[in-house]
Amino acid sequence: MTNYTPSVLAGRRIPNRWDGAALLLVMGLLIGLVDVGRGTIAMPIAAIQNTPIHLDPSYLPMYALRSTARMFAALFFSFTFTFTYATLAAKSRRAGMILIPILDILQSVPILGFLTFTVTFFMALFPGQVMGAELAAVFVIFTSQAWNMAFSFYQSLTTLPNDLQEVARSFRLSPWQKFWRLDVPFAMPGLIWNTMLSMSGGWFFVVASEAVTVGNTTFALPGIGSYVATALQHKDLKAIFYAILAMFVVILLYDQLLFRPLVAWSGKFRFETTAAAPVPDPWMLKVLRRTQLFRTIGGAIGEVMRKFFSLRLSHGSRVQVDESRKPSPVIDGIWYTVIAVLAVYAAWQIFGFVSHTLHWRDLGTAVMMGSFTMLRVVILMTIAAAVWVPVGVWIGLRPGATRVVQPIAQFLAAFPANLLFPPFVLAIVYFHVSPDIWLTPLMLIGTQWYVLFNVIAGAAAFPGDMKEAVANFRIRGLLRWRKVMIPGILPYFVTGAITASGGAWNASIVAEVASWGNNNLVAHGLGAYIAQATSHGDTPRVVLGVVVMSGFVIVFNRLLWRPLYAYASRRTTLG
Amino acid sequence: MDQNFDGPLLTVRDCRQSYHKDASADLVVLEDVELTLHEGEIVGLLGRSGSGKSTLLRIVSGLLKPTAGEVMWRGKKLTGPAEGVAMVFQSFALFPWLTVQENVEIGLEAQGVKKAEREERTEEAIDLIGLGGYDTAYPKELSGGMRQRVGLARALVVHPDLLLMDEPFSALDVLTAETLRTDLIDLWLDKKLPVKSILLVTHNIEEAVLMCDRVLVFSSNPGRVAHELTVPFPRPRNRYDPAFRQMVDDIYGIMTRRVPKEVQAVPSTAPSGFATPLHPVGTNLMAGLLETLSSAPYDGRADLPALAAALQYEADELLPLGETLSLLGFAVLEEGDLILTDTGRKFAEAETEDRKEIFAEQLRAHVPLITAIRSVIDQRSNHRASAVRFRDELEDHMSPEYAEETLRTVISWGRYAELFEYDEEAQQFGLEEEDEEAG
Repeated sequence: MTNYTPSVLAGRRIPNRWDGAALLLVMGLLIGLVDVGRGTIAMPIAAIQNTPIHLDPSYLPMYALRSTARMFAALFFSFTFTFTYATLAAKSRRAGMILIPILDILQSVPILGFLTFTVTFFMALFPGQVMGAELAAVFVIFTSQAWNMAFSFYQSLTTLPNDLQEVARSFRLSPWQKFWRLDVPFAMPGLIWNTMLSMSGGWFFVVASEAVTVGNTTFALPGIGSYVATALQHKDLKAIFYAILAMFVVILLYDQLLFRPLVAWSGKFRFETTAAAPVPDPWMLKVLRRTQLFRTIGGAIGEVMRKFFSLRLSHGSRVQVDESRKPSPVIDGIWYTVIAVLAVYAAWQIFGFVSHTLHWRDLGTAVMMGSFTMLRVVILMTIAAAVWVPVGVWIGLRPGATRVVQPIAQFLAAFPANLLFPPFVLAIVYFHVSPDIWLTPLMLIGTQWYVLFNVIAGAAAFPGDMKEAVANFRIRGLLRWRKVMIPGILPYFVTGAITASGGAWNASIVAEVASWGNNNLVAHGLGAYIAQATSHGDTPRVVLGVVVMSGFVIVFNRLLWRPLYAYASRRTTLG
Repeated sequence: MDQNFDGPLLTVRDCRQSYHKDASADLVVLEDVELTLHEGEIVGLLGRSGSGKSTLLRIVSGLLKPTAGEVMWRGKKLTGPAEGVAMVFQSFALFPWLTVQENVEIGLEAQGVKKAEREERTEEAIDLIGLGGYDTAYPKELSGGMRQRVGLARALVVHPDLLLMDEPFSALDVLTAETLRTDLIDLWLDKKLPVKSILLVTHNIEEAVLMCDRVLVFSSNPGRVAHELTVPFPRPRNRYDPAFRQMVDDIYGIMTRRVPKEVQAVPSTAPSGFATPLHPVGTNLMAGLLETLSSAPYDGRADLPALAAALQYEADELLPLGETLSLLGFAVLEEGDLILTDTGRKFAEAETEDRKEIFAEQLRAHVPLITAIRSVIDQRSNHRASAVRFRDELEDHMSPEYAEETLRTVISWGRYAELFEYDEEAQQFGLEEEDEEAG
């Protein structure tokens, strides 16, 4: 399986002033959203026409369809965002200077933390209408998908092969033609892979964003997520089981009909000069490629696309590279000033927003809560590594086992873990054990699979001659782990671990608070802090919690994962 | 475009290309280049890598704006990629996600040619270049030779007046390259190519003499036109014709004659010799060549074209090797011959440890950069020196790529000679532990 560097690992390590400006701008923007929202709220926004959620399983197919539709709506917006934002960042040096740090900050912000801001904003745009709630939910899913897609596209655009760019220029392709003929196809394998990862991660947020309480606004959009929430209220264990089953079917269909065919198909765009060892097509792609009907339809679509891509729209660009031209320092100066002014304005807005209600003491509380959550993440990651690294290596070194387990691990990673919470919660309530400890595993239920399937991929990619050398020199036991296996899989492990730990931070917002009927379980942690502030409509504390959590995640990424990944990929690859 | 313009197709006057380096002097890539191209001729730009010939090709194509000078295309000033100029790339530069047909069509699509005409012309070009039957194949299914045929068809389909070729055959194996060359020349002689003139960049001397009417030989650092030769032989040309061989020999002579002057100037101007760009020639390769030279049939003296043929090297690969050997005092380059020195012979006959000592001696004597690095290490109490300052100093005198390459070369040579160690993580030079204790 292809292994792309995750976007969180690709960026800079040492923070600079652009990161600072980006952080201020992102937070300022979020507060701006709430401000717009508050300014226009005249009527009570609680007046949403909530359609009641039925627990009859016959409603489930419909609900599943609605949830899936939200996923694809968000995907549409993610692509639009990717194509515009990343293109602008790549083509304009000045725009890229600030847009990329902003993206880096955005991908560290806990996704469910966005909820308060988007709900307030969209409910204000569409007061009292379901439309507002729908958009808020779609926007949350969008935030779980868009950042790494945009990053992947941006990275592709900045690594376009020089000779192909020269072809495009010397044959005078118009910008539109170049975008569809060179930029997008070149970015395709990475973009598809990231899109599929985004969608896999997105199911979690689809479920989490459907039934939401922000302050006195409560809505439940028809969908699997609301179905589960309602089942929890009614203590209906059977309904929860039905929901898990329905989700299982949805993910299975998504995995078989979309994920695998698309990833295999995108191999056609892989930029390599030699034909790779042929991998059998997934069955769905075989059907599409070999059935006459689908071929005819596919051909017709392809023809329309080709027409669309080869439109000139404008004349060919006659760009001549001028090595001696330097960027104007005056315009640079103006640009820096504009950014600085905006950042200062954002800082002032943030200060104004939180200073009325918050004290330094609150910051202390938030940081302490953050430390609790961090402790959980660290312990969970250690346990996950101790369990899944040996298992993954064992599987990865056996091609037969890999073929069976790898798809299962990927499937499990896509399955929204929040559907699996209720049994845990029930057990905790039943046995009266401490939620501080026993709610913790929920954070990693869904994302531990990333560790497993990346380690499997790493072990499977272990070169055959090196395996033979290990056997030949009879390197065994601890020595084999220390000198061979661990260095060999380290880059893969880091890739999986950062996804898992990022997911754990995100999940803490739903995992540290759980309920079963009237029993509310709360663990101490930043996730619970944000969740409670959200349901109380305490926006300043949500802002504080989100900033602190982003801070933890950024520090983690910059101080631990990125150096580790850089070290691993430098040291453990030849050449 | 004025179709009736009857002057030269292209003229380049006083062309100069340089790159700015912060604060210090510009790095000059091309200087005082003049070029005139008429209809009906094939002109070759021959030179070593780094002589700026590919840069000139990009200036001519309109992709790159020269720092100074004037490029006139059919009597008008060139301000960007021009209509009527098409390029064939060394790396083929095909879009891997497009089929052969779609790749060939792309230039026509950019011109907005209607579909029916596009398909007709594409078919024509594909058949002309011998790609019939491959229309629906993807580039990765094709061999190198077939890929370059696609590159050619893509350029020809737009019916360019001028065909630019950037080392088009150098990524191909010898036999494939030869087939493509002959096919192209046959089409040219039969007037089947829809082009009026060809400008060919190459580092292969035989290729230049075989294909071109005129050859401009470039010298390096900065790139200049050192010689202009007219190839008088009628076509089809026979590369075993003694006159042909003589011309190849002469060009080898020209290319080696100019270079040793610069190299010999190094020891006399020691401080600036610090910044001589070094070729990344491995020590095993050097040892192998020295052994070959010292044994039969060469016995210490080899004719470069013959040596290149025997080792299956191209001039571009052999010349840096020869230059490096002469820089280190192992051999001398003279009029297209490579002659072993006494030190070179001693090295060839020595055992591993002795070789390292001889090599270290020659490095200290002839490579000021190594001497400088070692003396800085010795001065420091911790016996470590950062590589960054040396890289910075090198970059004042050469492009960052050459600076990096030079530094890499020095590191590899210094390690072989056991003059110093290098810590990649810390980017620091240091001493081996035993040396450190002794010092």
